Amino acid sequence: MEIPKSIKLFLTQTGELAKFTGRFFSEAFHPHYEFREFIRQCYIIGYKSLPLLGITGFIMGLVLTMQLRPTLVDYGAESMLPSMISLSVVREIGPVITALIFAGKIGSSIGAELGSMRVTEQIDAMEVSGTNPYRYLVVTRVAATTVMLPLLIILSDAVGLYGGYLGVNIHAITSYKLYMTQAFNVLDFYDVLPAIIKTFFFGFAIGIIGCYKGYYSKKGTEGVGLSANSAVVISSLVIFILDLIAVQITGILGYN
Amino acid sequence: MTETLLHNDKVISIHNLCKSFGDNKVLDGFNLELNRGETLVVLGRSGSGKSVLIKCIIGLMEPDAGEINVLGQNMLSLDHEQLDRLRVQIGFLFQSNALYDSMTVRENLEFPMRRHWYKISQEETNSRIKEVLENVGLPHTADMVPAELSGGMQKRIALARTLILNPDIILYDEPTTGLDPITGREITNLMGEIQDKYKTSAIVISHDMRCVKATADKIIVLLNGKCYAQGTFDELKSSNDKNIKQFFE
Ligand SMILES: Nc1ncnc2c1ncn2[C@@H]1O[C@H](COP(=O)(O)OP(=O)(O)O)[C@@H](O)[C@H]1O
Ligand SMILES: [Mg+2]
Repeated sequence: MEIPKSIKLFLTQTGELAKFTGRFFSEAFHPHYEFREFIRQCYIIGYKSLPLLGITGFIMGLVLTMQLRPTLVDYGAESMLPSMISLSVVREIGPVITALIFAGKIGSSIGAELGSMRVTEQIDAMEVSGTNPYRYLVVTRVAATTVMLPLLIILSDAVGLYGGYLGVNIHAITSYKLYMTQAFNVLDFYDVLPAIIKTFFFGFAIGIIGCYKGYYSKKGTEGVGLSANSAVVISSLVIFILDLIAVQITGILGYN
Repeated sequence: MTETLLHNDKVISIHNLCKSFGDNKVLDGFNLELNRGETLVVLGRSGSGKSVLIKCIIGLMEPDAGEINVLGQNMLSLDHEQLDRLRVQIGFLFQSNALYDSMTVRENLEFPMRRHWYKISQEETNSRIKEVLENVGLPHTADMVPAELSGGMQKRIALARTLILNPDIILYDEPTTGLDPITGREITNLMGEIQDKYKTSAIVISHDMRCVKATADKIIVLLNGKCYAQGTFDELKSSNDKNIKQFFE
């Protein structure tokens, strides 16, 4: 029986990605750290996406509040608004939306950058200059996205909550203190911890997929565009899959 | 080891090299020998495997079969560290220059010096950068980024980066392709000057006959993965074989 070509391609790509990821763990803990490059990547990756994630986080909180309010008013539960906002932002919407935007911004730029380094032979040039390009380019970037995305998500959650506060105040006057007290009272450790843990996986996935697509980019400028594009598409999909797995795990552990 | 190096004047010898990608047999029993101080040109049409050949020589690709001896060492049996040590003695000029576009010219030139196994002092680094930039005739570009340079200037900087570790052997992958004829001639002249000054051995891949004529001591024609013919420029030029003639038309 002939296996359809698309399925074959999917399976080989998945296998290659798994191998690429395995290589990360064997190279990352090798005593030859590219620490300077790691710090530089953290700075670039964090700093580049800060304004965008701030603005989207703010709008996310604001819109969520404006949408939730009429429903809650119907049920006479308007006073629950801050708790609802904070639960949904911290547990779900903050991490997922921020990760998706991060994938669009950073995943694509990593895919394009490494892709163009591949086609213009810069990766080969590094290798002949006594540098392990995997360690220098891939490990540093993946480590940087893994560390920076959780921080950016915490920041975006905070801005989102503030957006929610402004949203509440469009119709009613609520003091900042009351809003924040309500928002934080509803959260406990088991809301925050799983939400933070999964963001590390999101960051790792975005970094490794962007690097994989760029590192094995096809020749030509077309190949670079394709790398950037498929890096975003695949990592967005993987974010949702990881989120699904995370919610199952927290459910099994009884944290929901 | 030093003794064998001194008495053995073959700096590169390749025997029965084979490399395929899937069903595509790119190199199929290729042989080559390069003597010290000599410049060897590999002629071949586009896609005939010239880049694959020199990437095998520097260890960027692993051949399926065959032997590669560089400076008396068997390339294929070296571990990572030995390979790094050997690569210091080989300069590679990439077809697409491969300048790191996120770095300035100075950082590009510093990169090989910082990354290899031996340490070079800051003064030595600066004086070498000055020297190679003067060699390629671009002494005032150290603080520019590659995007600010023209194609010919980028090629010169790439050549400067190739020279910075004083290699014994230089591998040129189509050094004049994609440049206008005048710039191509300048690069060709530069290659000659480098050869005179540092007495390097070189393998040049090119189909620019002007460049071939000016640089070649010996020419090898690569066809169907094999060494189809070899000889001096004049010998091959007077050949009647149509596969050889087409390069000289
Ligand atoms: N990494 C690779 N994977 C598969 N095929 C390759 C690869 N590199 C080169 N080839 C194939 O090998 C052949 C020779 O390529 P190359 O050496 O780049 O040609 P050229 O002589 O123009 O430099 C081409 O047919 C190319 O498709
Ligand atoms: Mg080529």
